[in-house]
Amino acid sequence: MRRLTQFAILPLVMVLCVVTQGSADTEARYQSLGHRLMCVCGCSQILIECNHVGCPDSDRMLGELRAAVDMGGTNDAILGSFQDKYGPTALAAPMLTKFNIVAWVVPPAFLVLGLAGTFLLVKKWRLRTATMPVVADDPESNDLRERIRKETEV
Amino acid sequence: MPAFGSFALLIALALSGYNLLAGAVALRQLATGRRGWISPEKLAETARRAGIASFFATLCAAFALVWAALTNDFSVAYITEHSNRALPTAYKFAALWSGQEGSLLLWAFLLSAYGFVLRVRHKVDVKLTAYASTILAGIQVFFLLLVNVTATPFSLVTGAVPPDGNGLNPLLQYPEMVIHPPMLYLGYVGFSVPFAFALGALMMRYPGEKWIHITRRWTMVTWLFLTVGIFLGMHWAYSVLGWGGYWGWDPVENASLMPWLTGTAFLHSVMMQEKRGMMKSWNVWLIFSTFMLAILGTLLTRSGLVSSVHAFAQSAIGTWFWVFLVITLAICLFAYILNRDHLKSEHKLESLVSRESSFLFNNLVLLAACFTVLWGTLFPVLSEYVQGNRVTVSAPFYNRVAVPIGVFLLFLTGIGPLLAWRSTSFKSIRKNFVVPAIVGLVVAVAIIPLGVHPWTIFTTDGQGAFYAWITFAMAAFVATAIFAEFFRGGRVIQQKSGQSLLTSMVELTRRNTRRYGGYIVHFGIVLIFVGISGQAFNQSHEQTMNYKQSFVLGPYTVECLDYSQDSNPNYDTEFALLNVYRSGHLVTKLSPELRVYASSGQPSTIVANHSTLAWDLYVIYAGKDPATGQPVIKAFLNPLVAWIWIGLIVTIIGTGIALVPNLSAAIAAQRHRVTAPPEPVPAGTAGH
Repeated sequence: MRRLTQFAILPLVMVLCVVTQGSADTEARYQSLGHRLMCVCGCSQILIECNHVGCPDSDRMLGELRAAVDMGGTNDAILGSFQDKYGPTALAAPMLTKFNIVAWVVPPAFLVLGLAGTFLLVKKWRLRTATMPVVADDPESNDLRERIRKETEV
Repeated sequence: MPAFGSFALLIALALSGYNLLAGAVALRQLATGRRGWISPEKLAETARRAGIASFFATLCAAFALVWAALTNDFSVAYITEHSNRALPTAYKFAALWSGQEGSLLLWAFLLSAYGFVLRVRHKVDVKLTAYASTILAGIQVFFLLLVNVTATPFSLVTGAVPPDGNGLNPLLQYPEMVIHPPMLYLGYVGFSVPFAFALGALMMRYPGEKWIHITRRWTMVTWLFLTVGIFLGMHWAYSVLGWGGYWGWDPVENASLMPWLTGTAFLHSVMMQEKRGMMKSWNVWLIFSTFMLAILGTLLTRSGLVSSVHAFAQSAIGTWFWVFLVITLAICLFAYILNRDHLKSEHKLESLVSRESSFLFNNLVLLAACFTVLWGTLFPVLSEYVQGNRVTVSAPFYNRVAVPIGVFLLFLTGIGPLLAWRSTSFKSIRKNFVVPAIVGLVVAVAIIPLGVHPWTIFTTDGQGAFYAWITFAMAAFVATAIFAEFFRGGRVIQQKSGQSLLTSMVELTRRNTRRYGGYIVHFGIVLIFVGISGQAFNQSHEQTMNYKQSFVLGPYTVECLDYSQDSNPNYDTEFALLNVYRSGHLVTKLSPELRVYASSGQPSTIVANHSTLAWDLYVIYAGKDPATGQPVIKAFLNPLVAWIWIGLIVTIIGTGIALVPNLSAAIAAQRHRVTAPPEPVPAGTAGH
């Protein structure tokens, strides 16, 4: 039992180590958060990638980001403070709040529903195929298909 | 020359209008059996000839605009805005598509060129081509109305003619910009042809799948143009914009990706219709959607509905596109509702584990990817409508939502071609999948010590490395599966002919160019995925550099040898000379620049890039330190980027092979030409 507990705890500790290692690395956090913010000068570029010569905003914003990361706030708190100061367009992607959740949920839902629908459709077709009479094919189409078959098979 | 251009555009509009009206009347008469004072066949022929003539009129208009640019005719407002005297000749030529009005003229010109080819080759199927020609004329009328009424490229400047122009946007003064937009437009516009054939075939209840056979090459060539256009744009962004990346999920980029995704889905699903008479409605709507997405993309980026870094002027043109889009959708819906019984499938799916179902899932995933891109592009507008404020939907959103879909698509790329039509047995699955699966697993394990750690999925921002790991493993699986297909087929020919395995594989490809060309395209896509995955391991460094100062980035040491400035009539430039060492040996010299263009005063970075198969050392001159006057150098180490461009070349080769007729088909056609007597001209089509 004791051995079993050890086995159960080990992966948990490993995951925690990896997670905390990610958040402890200040430079990595700075880089990561810099990629999650937009420059607000109107260039529509990711903050850390803004390469406008003489950009009036990016240096100041990057300085503020560096200070915020050094102070040790959470990612969400830092992103939230930028959103409060510069408006929602300062975030490179909407946060998981209120209506913005819709942005994140709809595409995966589309895919999942599509996959489910396709499975159901195939199942329905298979059932129908079993009871369907043989269709008399159009000879012209058959000739063409035969040609296509020859062209696309070894 | 501006008067000549304006007149040519007016003539082109009149000819296209006649093509549309006379073509529609003739087809109506043919369908109902009613005859007017002129026979419908003759009327259709006059319409066809008007369509051909409209190409020459549009060509004259395009020539007039290019001529105005080449001769510095600044009485034309468009030339004043997009050219200047010091502009090199090649870029003056590119002025044709560097602004709103010129690019719409290019669109109209390319559409008329496609129409010209279609109308000249009308004997392939006279009636179907007449339908397609009339539909194309309708699209042509729309674009010619735009350039004649609201976005006129030959408008004259008000007041005195300026001595010089404002010049071309500095970001566009790059060799790829001379070919990237025409490629992209060839892709966008090209989808009009399969769209016109599909709609025409539906309207006339065309029997069989011949329309797909006719348009297959059109669609593939168009798809290739769009693919090349997109990748040239990526390469341009990478080489010119200087932010270290090649794809920024900007609405204009998204606008090109959406029709590419649905066009790719169409190229796959038409095989189901050709082979099994299935998915007819689906295919018709896929090509309708592809065409409408090309129009929607143009609407989104030029109407000001979504904001983009691309520099098209925002104007009232959006209303025109809305109207056109609504009319197109209404016509498509109307034609579909009237004729949907004609699109009944002849067969149904028999098994979930079959080539058909893999095509179905492939289509679904491509459509999901397209929807994600459309959703991300439009969500800021939706957010403003619902919440009252705009949000930004950029790279972090797509990286989290679209990347998993892309990886799933890569997986399907591997398994789809290995499944048999109708149903696949367990034995066949084992035979085809065991080796690729083992290779995929071996690669998955082998790359972990190299630093590709799947467990980064558990860290806050480390999903990139996880997706890279899964992509590398999947790429190994798919590449092995493709190679195994060539190997198996090659071995069969080798055993029969006694040729070498390589020669046998070449012959195998020649015997079935479409299938094996397709596999080569898939291999190209695999390489592109591998190249994109390298992004997860990008590194960067920025430093103010004095003489002989250096920094280390990855395996390279970058040393500043010198920095200076220079001038020419077109621009002033500041640059640095850098020595790049690896293991103490000089590997290259780089010279990143910062140019400031004389006519516009706009700065532009000229990237210096040392590219190898393993990584790119990408260096930009980010400016001068105001305190010291020394250059600020920013360097990126971007792994595997070269594989994206190699993948594109492989994709082009694969598509080229798939376009070539099979060896046996070519020989048969040659024999047919030698032995067959000349075909009699059918009654009623004389002179067509």
